[in-house]
Amino acid sequence: MPVFDLSTTPLRELNSALHGLSAGANDTVFEVINPRGSHAVAVGIDAPVTVDIKGSVGYYCAGMNDGGNVTVHGSAGPGVAENMMSGSVVIEGDASQYAGATGRGGLLVIKGNAASRCGISMKGIDIVVHGNIGHMSAFMGQSGHLVVLGDAGDALGDSLYEAKLFVRGSVKSLGADCIEKDMRPEHIEKLAELLELAGIRDVRPEEFKRYGSARKLYNFNIDNAEAY
Amino acid sequence: MCGIVGLFLKDKALEPELGALLSSMLITMTDRGPDSAGIAIYGSDNGKTAKITLQSADPGTDFDGLGDALKGALGIPVSIEVKSTHAVVTLDKDKVDAGRAALSSLRPNIRVMSSGDTIEIYKEIGLPKDVVSRFAVSGMSGTHGIGHTRMATESAVTTLGAHPFSTGSDQCLVHNGSLSNHNNLRRELKRQGMTFETENDSEVAAAYLTAEMAKGKDLGAALTSAVDDLDGFFTFVVGTKSGFGVLRDPIACKPAVMAETDRYVAFGSEYRALVNLPGIETARIWEPEPATVYFWDHEKAA
Repeated sequence: MPVFDLSTTPLRELNSALHGLSAGANDTVFEVINPRGSHAVAVGIDAPVTVDIKGSVGYYCAGMNDGGNVTVHGSAGPGVAENMMSGSVVIEGDASQYAGATGRGGLLVIKGNAASRCGISMKGIDIVVHGNIGHMSAFMGQSGHLVVLGDAGDALGDSLYEAKLFVRGSVKSLGADCIEKDMRPEHIEKLAELLELAGIRDVRPEEFKRYGSARKLYNFNIDNAEAY
Repeated sequence: MCGIVGLFLKDKALEPELGALLSSMLITMTDRGPDSAGIAIYGSDNGKTAKITLQSADPGTDFDGLGDALKGALGIPVSIEVKSTHAVVTLDKDKVDAGRAALSSLRPNIRVMSSGDTIEIYKEIGLPKDVVSRFAVSGMSGTHGIGHTRMATESAVTTLGAHPFSTGSDQCLVHNGSLSNHNNLRRELKRQGMTFETENDSEVAAAYLTAEMAKGKDLGAALTSAVDDLDGFFTFVVGTKSGFGVLRDPIACKPAVMAETDRYVAFGSEYRALVNLPGIETARIWEPEPATVYFWDHEKAA
């Protein structure tokens, strides 16, 4: 198993090794030690590799991940798993702002809290947060699911398109055009699947409320001018 | 983009290491702000003397014979320690105002970086590593300190445009962000009698807090009113003689990480700045909430 010590090895060596994997390579389990808040750790993965990062990371960890399984055994700085395509990213600690931003696929699990703008402009990614999320989360979310076991901050789902938001705790306030919606059987089923995928066994999908778009702001309508 | 670091010590045993710890934190933040750097350090209070930190573009001329000239003007002995482009004048506490008046007539080109019982401010253009080494910051001890690495957006890259800004005795502020109502606020504060050295938005924030505290507010209360009165993007770290505060605007897009142990409270724009602190592995680490005042005080804790 390749081990990269970022206190002695340049980041580019790690990322080049991850990008250089050929199809069918056997050595697909990487360990990264001493990340010490480094930026851009394990970005641009495009192969089914497993990366264990032992410590906290800075900006954009696992950005653009396409098929990798990345675990951060610590906390993550801004933009973790930004624009993820597929695969999974697990943060054992907390995540800073805009976790999972613009993600198109894959699963992001944050075991602590996520700060502001979690899932901003999400486009198909599934995000499960064990703790709370900050303000402006899922802003302009287009598709995918944001599951929050704790509370959500101000302006959840502002200008939301078709991303589905499930919050178990309180929501400080809803953003423009975001409303609470009924939990139908298909939502319970999807939520149960996501909780299962995120390894959460002691929480029932019925404990959540669903939030989604009221679809009033999709197109400009002069009657809605005060809502913009 | 700018970098901010701050360290407020609870454990006196760490005080001799304050300068070294802050220097290391500051240098780590070089790529957030390579234009200029500055540091405010709060030393120990002996109860008798105060300090005025000066900066000169021509230190060879301005600082030459300044001690004797001040002694002649004030009628008391003063000590001067010259550090590169800066000099720290130490004099009796009740002579600070007279000393500043004498300095402005004796050496009109000198700029006052700070004055107060314990504060010293050093700031210059250049890389953070060069700035901390020219002022020998690593060897300094103190109770708390704040540093800043600047990537200029709102005003020119000059020594006076560097942070920290000090607009009141033993007060300082560093800022990451940009204020949008600083011109209006500056006019208002000028009307209240505040004076300004620059056109910089961050100096307005510093002066605003100074004016609020002059009305009797403590640092925490002054920061609370700043949430309503300051418009724009900001993460502030501020210092007073015994206090250390942090405030982010309601949008909170300028980064901030804090760490607290039994021995210190630390601030960094990024976690990278904190990784060399003692006991960081077991510290409580969190991201300060938007529009929320964080405030520690040596005197209130004691």
